[in-house]
Order: sequence, then C-alpha cells, then structure tokens
Amino acid sequence: MAISTGSVSRPRRRAGIETTRARTAMWLLLPTVIVLALVAGYPLLRTIYLSFTDAPLNSNSGPTTFIGFDNYLFKGEDGTWTGLLVDPVWWTAVWNTVKFSVVSVVLETLLGLMFAMVINSKIKGRGLLRTAILVPWAIPTVVSAQMWAWMYQDNLGVISQWGRSLGLLEAGQSFLSKTDTALWALVAVDVWKTAPFMALLLLAGLQGIPADMYEAAEVDGASKLRQFFRLTLPLLTPALLVALVFRTLDALRVFDMPFVVKQYAQETMTMSIYARQNLIDFGTLGYGSAVSLLIFLIIMVFTVIYVTSLRVRFD
Amino acid sequence: MKKTALLIALTAAISASAANAAGVSVSFACDSTGNGFNECKKGTDAWAAKTGNSVKLLQVPVDTGDRLALYQQQLGAKSSDVDVYMIDVVWPGIIGNSLLDLSKSVPAAQLASYFPAIVKNNTYDGKLVGVPWFTDGGLLYYRTDLMEKYGYKAAPTTWTELQAMATKIQAGERAANAKFTGFVFQGKNYEGLTCDALEWVASHGGGSIVDPTGKVTINNPQAVAAIKTIGSFVGTISPEAVTTYAEEDARNVFQSGSAAFMRNWPYAYALGQSADSPVKGKIGVAALPSGEGGKSTATLGGWQLGVNAYSKHPKEAADLVAYLTSSAEQKRRAISGSYSPTIPALYKDADVLKAAPFFGSLFNALSNASARPATATKGKYNQVSNAFASAVYNVLTKKQTAEAALAGAQAQITRIKGRGF
Repeated sequence: MAISTGSVSRPRRRAGIETTRARTAMWLLLPTVIVLALVAGYPLLRTIYLSFTDAPLNSNSGPTTFIGFDNYLFKGEDGTWTGLLVDPVWWTAVWNTVKFSVVSVVLETLLGLMFAMVINSKIKGRGLLRTAILVPWAIPTVVSAQMWAWMYQDNLGVISQWGRSLGLLEAGQSFLSKTDTALWALVAVDVWKTAPFMALLLLAGLQGIPADMYEAAEVDGASKLRQFFRLTLPLLTPALLVALVFRTLDALRVFDMPFVVKQYAQETMTMSIYARQNLIDFGTLGYGSAVSLLIFLIIMVFTVIYVTSLRVRFD
Repeated sequence: MKKTALLIALTAAISASAANAAGVSVSFACDSTGNGFNECKKGTDAWAAKTGNSVKLLQVPVDTGDRLALYQQQLGAKSSDVDVYMIDVVWPGIIGNSLLDLSKSVPAAQLASYFPAIVKNNTYDGKLVGVPWFTDGGLLYYRTDLMEKYGYKAAPTTWTELQAMATKIQAGERAANAKFTGFVFQGKNYEGLTCDALEWVASHGGGSIVDPTGKVTINNPQAVAAIKTIGSFVGTISPEAVTTYAEEDARNVFQSGSAAFMRNWPYAYALGQSADSPVKGKIGVAALPSGEGGKSTATLGGWQLGVNAYSKHPKEAADLVAYLTSSAEQKRRAISGSYSPTIPALYKDADVLKAAPFFGSLFNALSNASARPATATKGKYNQVSNAFASAVYNVLTKKQTAEAALAGAQAQITRIKGRGF
C-alpha cells in the first residue's frame, strides 16, 4: 500500500510541498494514534462488546454467551420488563449524579472565582494564601472523605455538634443520615475539596489579562464593579468555560468521595458507584459494561451540549 | 581424608544456614478490623521464627465487601501477589474455584477437631478451600453498671424487653449526656446489615431469606413483624444515624460510654475491656434477644484461611495456614484478642474462659446460629444480600414500610434467581 502510493506520486514530486508535509505529519502523528487506539479505543470497543454478553467477572466461573440487548432491556417469561433501562436504582443514580454535578460545579465556580480574585489582588501575605488555599485539593480524596465522614458522625463528630447547637439536628441525627440532606452534605465536601482547583484554573486566566486595560478603564472612570463585568468577566470567559467543562465531566463520574462516606446507600449512589457494584461486587461484567457504556453516552451528551452551545475552544 | 570430611560438613552447614536465612517470603492478606492486624502479626511472627521463612502482612480494607471486591479482581486476573487470604464464611461459593484444596495440608486430627458445620461450609466442589480460623456470631453487649443503676438484674431476652430497658436508661442518662443512646447496631447499607437483619428475622421465626432448597421466603408475616419492630427503634432508642454505622462506628459509640446496648461480633469484647477503654469492667455479654414466636439466634460469621491457587509458594503457604489454625494458636488468639475458636473443645478450656468469660454463652449462640443463604444462592449471594439489605435500609430510613420493602425484596430476589441460583 505504502509502496504503491510512493511509486504513483513520484512522477509528480513537484506537485506539492503540501502533500509531502501532510505525509510527514501523518507519520509523526502515527505513534500517538496507535497509543490512543490501544489505551482508549480498544477498552471502549471491548466494553461495547461485553455489554452485549453475560460475561462474569471471574473468568473461571463459566463461558460467555452473546445475549444481544438483554442487559439493557429484556422481557421476562412472565411478561415484565427487566434490564438496565427499567432499573429504578440506575435512574436514581443518574438523577443523583446530575443534581450533584450541577450544584457542586456552580458553587465551585462562584467560590473559585472569588478565591482567584483575592489571590490575584495585591494584598499582604498573598503567597501564603495561595499555598493555604490549595491544601484541601492536595489531600488524597479518600483521606479527606474519611475525615469528613468522622466530622459528620452523629455522636462524636464536630459538624453534628454544630448542627445541634444551631438547632438543625436532634441528638442521634447527622446530615449524612437524613436522606434529604445526605446528598447536599456530600456536595459540601466536594466544594471544599475542588473550589481551590477551580481557583487555580481561573487564576491562570486572570493573570493573562493585561494590567494596562485596567489602567485605561481607571482613567476613563469606570467603577470596580463595572470593570469586573465589562472587562474581567468577558476576558475570563474562555478560561472559565474550559474550567467548567473539566469540572462538569469530572463531577459526572464522581466515585471515590461518596463511596467512602456512604457506600451503596441509594440516596447518594452515583452512576459510577452503581457501575462498580454491578461490575465488581456482583461480578456481572456484562451488565456492568452496559452501565459503563450508558455513563459514557450520558457524559458525551453533556460534552456535546457544552461544545456546541458555548463554542468552547480548547486551543 | 579428615580434612575432606570437615570441608563437606562445613559446606553443608553453611549452605543449610544460607537456605535458612533466605527462606521464602509468604504474603498474607489478613485482618484490619479492631486489633486484627496486630494479632495476625503475632501469629505470623511466631511461624516465621519457627520455620525461617518470612511473612509479608498486607493492609486490607476494613469493609468485608471491599475486601471481596479486591480479592475477586486479584484472583480473576490470576495474580500470584497474595499467597494466603483470610476469607469470609460466605465467600467459598464465590471465589472457591481460585483457591487450593487444603484437606491434605492440615493434619487429620486437627481437621477433625473443628465444628463440622464450618468445615462443610468451606468445602467447595469437594475441595476444602478454607481452613476454619475463627468463628463469629452476633452478640448483645450491655453496660453492667447501668443495668444495676436502673434496677435490672439480667440482660433482656426479648426485643420488647430490650426496647423497654433501653427507653428507660436512655431517658435517665440523657440528663447528663445529651448524646446518650439506648441501642446501637450495624445499620449502614452493606453486608453487616444483612447479618443484623437476618438475626431479627430468624429470631421472629421468619426464616433465612432463601431456604436451603433455593426457594425465596423473605416475604412472610414474621419477617415483616421483625423488620417493623427494629425499624421502630430507629429515631427512638437508636440514633437515626445508626443507618451510617458499620461495626467500628457502633463500637466507638458504645466504647466511649454513649450507648446502653450494642449488637456486635465477639472482637469488640477484648477492645472494650482494654486498659484505655472508658467502659472497662462495665461490659456484659449475652445472647441476642428473641422475638415473638422465635428463639434467640446469631448470624454465623467467621473467617477461614485459604491459599491462592496461583501462589508461587503453595507449600509454605499451606504450612502457615496449618500453623495459624492449630489449637495452640487459636487458644492464644482467644485469650489475647477474644477471637472465638473454631474448635469446640477450646470453649471448655479454663484459660480461655478466664480471659473471655462470655464464651460459654457464645457457644450456645453458635449452636443456634443462622447461616446466611450463601450455599443456596452460590455466585449470586452478593446480589441477594444487597437486595435484602437495601430493603431493610429503606425501612430503617423510613422510605418504605416493612410490608412494601419485603414484598419488593421478594420480587427482586426472585428476579435475580431467574432460572436458578
């Protein structure tokens, strides 16, 4: 193949420097394409394949058979529909994840922007502040999640103590145990942990705005508030959108923190926790792959919405 | 001639000592609950000193479900990283095909000394995949000082009695300690809740979720009554947050002196009586209460030692297992860590009874133990257990009534069963 195209193109070698360049580019890109195909393409294709089988996790425990769409939707002998698409637990998990992602990302963006503006201004002890703000983000998630779980503990935890003194909790209650507050208690942990990361991304954007623009605005007599809405925000938008996309996609596949704190409790089960329960605990690799594929599709929908409606540019 | 003999003797001696020093390194995924890691270490250190091999003790997850998940991944990948696994009583059906047959590695006399029911449970496809190490049964812990203070002479024998006593003690103690609570147990949505709830159901005569023939039996009036009774505890004599408690959470509350009664496994006794415990010398242990029309029962727990089928040192690993499960080591662990032996004779041993006086009542509880339906449900046990625990969890968190939750569990487990377990 390569040889024949080579011999064909030889007579028109002068035809274009463009063609040669394109070919060089292709050769330079090839290693990346191969690596991507191996580490991203193959697992994805294999997951799609597995989702149409009844493969078990423990390969010793039986043969794998192709069962079509039965993992997704399947009419039993008694006429009832079963499968992932009609599993109420799955839809609870999807709904939990969406609520968690939207609320936590909005809060993180607002807080992160505030942090970034503070760090970016010329105040005393700025260097120390910068370092301090990153501490929550630097602690491994499992460690901080366990720490928060203890702080939320009803009997010995400090947050429950505050809750009691504020009259929000009765003895024996905790924000995690009440089914209507559990998800928001987890959102609080996520905001605490990830707002600094948001601040870091936005700080980079802020520092890219030239200082002379503000000087000009100052001369023209624009107030600080006006400067923020007319100057800072529009110029920060590209950085803000990239940060939003990162965080949303990250939040949609959240697993570690809710799992450490609440494990398989349904009121805080996320899509990834549901996937793990089926893949690992129940050992149903086929069904779990179907779950993974749906998660992939849901996240893709979010990405498409972002990229098309906001015209986010990653360059 | 003499010189040659000397040379040979010397060489032999050197090579022997070299072999000894080199030894084999056996890796062991042991315990992490309570004082588990340290007790494992004492046992493996003794074996290492005796044989010249070394043991690498691994840190394992506290939660049993997490442990199984990890081990399933390792065994599924045919990994030889871990030689010896400590496995739960419900796992032989799930990972048994990746474990070696140990029936020839343990001395016959030792094998014959165990509880026959546990040996039978650990036999998978005719192979002994786990040697019984310690057994477990749910127990009722209570505060002897508070019982005396409120004029009670004996531990409660029915759930109604427990409710009455806990209500009175809680009301009295709240004056001094606003966080005081009557009864704590494992109410988080995980395997521990299956164990606790099975005790409630079985102690009301409500069966064992799935009967030995594989018939789904969970939706029956006695089971509904049982779940209803305990469900009414949450928010009254038990904190609402008991639905976030695993074993260690319950123990922390009880051991800090903030609870009158606790349901837990035997390991909590030794820790509660340790020198730095605020409730040292104030702990009593009894069999769990019974419900109407049933008798007291304990969920059979317990841990076995198994050898990875892909292990590179199966001989040494099996030797370690035989050593740790021997009567002498089980006796040491019973005295030092209140781990209940798998050898009936040790429950009559004077030294053991001196260190853990409650072993007498534990022996009775174990004789009436309820096994989780792991044998009947085989590889689908986790799914069945999760369906049951989630249903009970919904009742404890007041999302569903006991009737609706158990009817739902019945339908879901039947669906999981499909054409058969």
